[in-house]
Amino acid sequence: MSFPLLTATAALPAIGAVATAAVPAARRNAAKSLALLVSLATLALAIAILVRFDPDGDRYQLTESHSWIKEFGVRYELGVDGIAVVLIALTALLIPFIILAGWHDADPLETGSKRWRPTQGFFALILAVEAMVIISFEATDVFLFYIFFEAMLIPMYFLIGGFGDRAHQHGEETASTQRSYAAVKFLLYNLVGGLIMLAAVIGLYVVAGNFSLTEIAEARANGTLDMATNTERWLFLGFFFAFAVKAPLWPLHTWLPNAMGEATAPVAVLITAVVDKVGTFAMLRFCLQLFPEASKWATPAILVLALISIIYGALLAVGQRDIKRLVAYASISHFGFIIMGIFAMTSQGQSGATLYMVNHGISTAALMLVAGFLISRRGSRLIADYGGVQKVAPVLAGTFLIGGLATLSLPGLAPFVSEFLVLVGTFARYPVIGIIATLGIVLAALYTLVLYQRTMTGPVKPEVSAMPDLRVRELLVVAPLIVLLIFLGVYPKPVTDIVNPAVQQTLSDVHEKDPKPEVEAAK
Amino acid sequence: MSASAVHSLWTTAAAAADPIAKIDAPKIEYGQLSPTLIVVGAAIVGVLVEAFVPRKHRYYAQLFVSVVALVAGFAAVVALAADGYGTTKAGIVAMGAIAVDGPALFLQGTILLASLVGLFTFAERRLDPEAHGNRVDSFAAQAASVPGSDSEKAAVKAGFTTTEVFPLLLFAVAGMLIFPAANDLLTFFIALEVLSLPLYLLCALARRKRLMSQEAAVKYFLLGAFASAFTLFGIALLYGYAGSVSYATIAQVVDGTVKNVDPALADTMGNDALLLIGTAMIVMGLLFKVGAVPFHMWTPDVYQGAPTPVTGFMAAATKVAAFGALLRILYVVLPGLRWDWRPVMWGVAVVTMLGGAIVAITQTDIKRLLAYSSIAHAGFILAGVIATTPDGVSSVLFYLAAYSFVTIGAFAVVTLVRDAGGEATHLSKWAGLGRRSPLVAAVFAVFLLAFAGIPLTSGFTGKFAVFSAAAEGGAAPLVVVGVISSAIAAFFYIRVIVLMFFSEPRPEGPTVAVPSPLTTAAIGMGVVVTLVLGVAPQYFLDLANQAGVFVR
Repeated sequence: MSFPLLTATAALPAIGAVATAAVPAARRNAAKSLALLVSLATLALAIAILVRFDPDGDRYQLTESHSWIKEFGVRYELGVDGIAVVLIALTALLIPFIILAGWHDADPLETGSKRWRPTQGFFALILAVEAMVIISFEATDVFLFYIFFEAMLIPMYFLIGGFGDRAHQHGEETASTQRSYAAVKFLLYNLVGGLIMLAAVIGLYVVAGNFSLTEIAEARANGTLDMATNTERWLFLGFFFAFAVKAPLWPLHTWLPNAMGEATAPVAVLITAVVDKVGTFAMLRFCLQLFPEASKWATPAILVLALISIIYGALLAVGQRDIKRLVAYASISHFGFIIMGIFAMTSQGQSGATLYMVNHGISTAALMLVAGFLISRRGSRLIADYGGVQKVAPVLAGTFLIGGLATLSLPGLAPFVSEFLVLVGTFARYPVIGIIATLGIVLAALYTLVLYQRTMTGPVKPEVSAMPDLRVRELLVVAPLIVLLIFLGVYPKPVTDIVNPAVQQTLSDVHEKDPKPEVEAAK
Repeated sequence: MSASAVHSLWTTAAAAADPIAKIDAPKIEYGQLSPTLIVVGAAIVGVLVEAFVPRKHRYYAQLFVSVVALVAGFAAVVALAADGYGTTKAGIVAMGAIAVDGPALFLQGTILLASLVGLFTFAERRLDPEAHGNRVDSFAAQAASVPGSDSEKAAVKAGFTTTEVFPLLLFAVAGMLIFPAANDLLTFFIALEVLSLPLYLLCALARRKRLMSQEAAVKYFLLGAFASAFTLFGIALLYGYAGSVSYATIAQVVDGTVKNVDPALADTMGNDALLLIGTAMIVMGLLFKVGAVPFHMWTPDVYQGAPTPVTGFMAAATKVAAFGALLRILYVVLPGLRWDWRPVMWGVAVVTMLGGAIVAITQTDIKRLLAYSSIAHAGFILAGVIATTPDGVSSVLFYLAAYSFVTIGAFAVVTLVRDAGGEATHLSKWAGLGRRSPLVAAVFAVFLLAFAGIPLTSGFTGKFAVFSAAAEGGAAPLVVVGVISSAIAAFFYIRVIVLMFFSEPRPEGPTVAVPSPLTTAAIGMGVVVTLVLGVAPQYFLDLANQAGVFVR
């Protein structure tokens, strides 16, 4: 038996989380270093997966399969396709930066403060989330996936509710109330989604008799497992609802701005760049494979919702006064693009969507983490409290600009490639929706540049005048992300090579082919 | 009744009165009844201990007797199960009065273990501050003294403790052991009374807030007496219908396979009105015991007023026993009637799940909150009962085992959080508990997450088991209602977690008492079972699956 690489990649951060939590309270710096080390080791394992994965090989590779709960036909089945490999790599890549960026986020406050901040807990929870996200990407058993899809809410909930920004414009009491409101809202939205999915999971079990994704998908494909049209549609809706809450898709998105606004910047990145990706990933892996007919049936409605997400998220981002909430609404707009790409049912659309997940992760991380550094310096999230920062802290302003430009999909930076692919893929099949969606790009330019202009340019505000520039630790976080953004913007081939075969297979699951170009058809 | 029938009654009576030597001695399988016999015997020993052992030694003597009895009883259950009495050798014993089969042994094992854990919380004497140099437990110094009276003060000063709780507990356990195993309606009724009467007493014995405790006991007693009366009336009607109290015979009459009309009952036998009304009344009594809506009114008051260790024991063990009896009645006696009882139970399950979850949201007392949560859980279990498949039985068995340990653990944590007035059960006092005692709050959070059915806890496995059984049994709408009420229920469990971890602690907030190893063991056992059944439930699901066949 070969080394269980997938299990190891998920187990390492889980063990690391326990170890980090067990570090005695006095040695909090040791806990931080331990967490960082574990996350780097996980990254190494993720790279090993990337290396051992053969894009042209079997659909699911590095598979592991063990009996787990025989009564329910549940197996511990892991396996990765190209899409999962890329997303595991993204997760493992971002976590060290998140830990490094949040290095001081959970330090105890100055004496006299009543706030309680267990440092070890913060880093242990981040590692726990990492472990659960990774195993969700790896699971090819629906039940196994569901368990971690649900369970990851709990550490996430404590991260949002337990650790807020150091300073807050409304005082600690209000901040604490708002934080726990945001945490509860996050949990309830996702829990309701998850429970509805549970009903669908049980329904699937009754229909199929087991939970193996590969077996069910195969039985669906060769016709041995027949589902009544209505059953398939209900089950699809049950699954899709949970993923749409997680992703989040309009009108189920309202928890995201609260959660991202109240959480610290690294946790906000964890939410939007890592955890939410499980939602869009699961649409690709579970909705399309298990319920191909229902997916096609629902496509028009989902595309319209995705379109509304794109425009609505961007419009609200323009109107935000709070930097973090602005990034949150921008993310909603971007998730609209991802979902649109998935359900356009073209290879460009789905490749673009997968690539978009990666690029959105990196670009949002860059923008949000720099925003977090900015906020921690001034102690305010309001855009109006800033001005002229680029004169005082040019490096900070510069990196912020690059993060912003990536968010608005400037050609040359990574998100441009994916956004372009999504739009092309959508246009090929649904030209009207594709054209309207381009409005999202225009609005993105508006909210990003206005944000930059208001905070970084203009006369230097007195409160900002003494602002220090990025420190070494902060540069260590930002610089690699920016390098990656530029690299993938110029040369996305490494990612697309891994993703494309998987996308082709997913498309063949739903019995779709790319539409022929118009010109060719005319001949 | 016709004249001839009455006459035949007389003549048969005269014939039976003939030679006394012809009555056979009843054949009793002592080995297969050993779990119950051990516990009953120990309870009687406990009474003797009360009578003859000097007061200062009683506590340890009683604790010793009870622990030995419960452990030995559990060992006997395990031995019987290992011998195959749960599967191949399952049968009816004691002249048809008691069934020894898979469900009976599984439930008896669960009840004994849960009672053992419950016993630990009964025996806890470190939580309350010492009164006049004597360690005290959760129970009144002297039950007979009027609250606030001089006699009570004198009893406290003298260091009295009500060690009678141990034999009472054992008697209740004995009733619970017979309840799910009873194989005729009279044994069933006697078991019901044997388990109920000690519980009524135990509810009245709180050391603190004695008036509330006594009020709870009176309410429980009165409503329980009503429910028992209904049950008894139902039994009489069923006897009138079937001419027998034996489960198997009634089932045969319901199926129509046996038609030998007892001449004395010629006018009533086979009358469907009697069957339906009788069934309804018996099931009503059982639904009262499990606390299903609309027979749940007693639950919050009694759970709140009773001494917390008793609440935990009652919430766990009584529920196990009553659901066991309900399963046997519905699956063994009345399978032929399932098209009649299923729609009704559907309705009961729906209102129980939703009612429990919705009303729980507004609660401000932790014990009342747990009471309503137990109502919602009764609804989830009912969803499994309705499945009427073998999976339905095993899922209910598993759920009961999982649920009882979480419940006892949760109530044990409640006993730890105290202020000057005893247990601080008002929710506002729990604010910020996570800051002051992270470990206790974390443990309680684990229990709450299990109640909420979050994956990787026993609550999720159980919920999945019952819901999938219900879905396979054709009750898909019930599953949908179930997940909706789970979502509602999650809201108030999460609210408590928010309160503990994210709220500012109050300056005059409660302290967390450091318990003795007894309560620590109870809580630890709860946590271990919760996590093991959540992560690696295979063995226990297997066990429940093997145990899922009733003997008839």
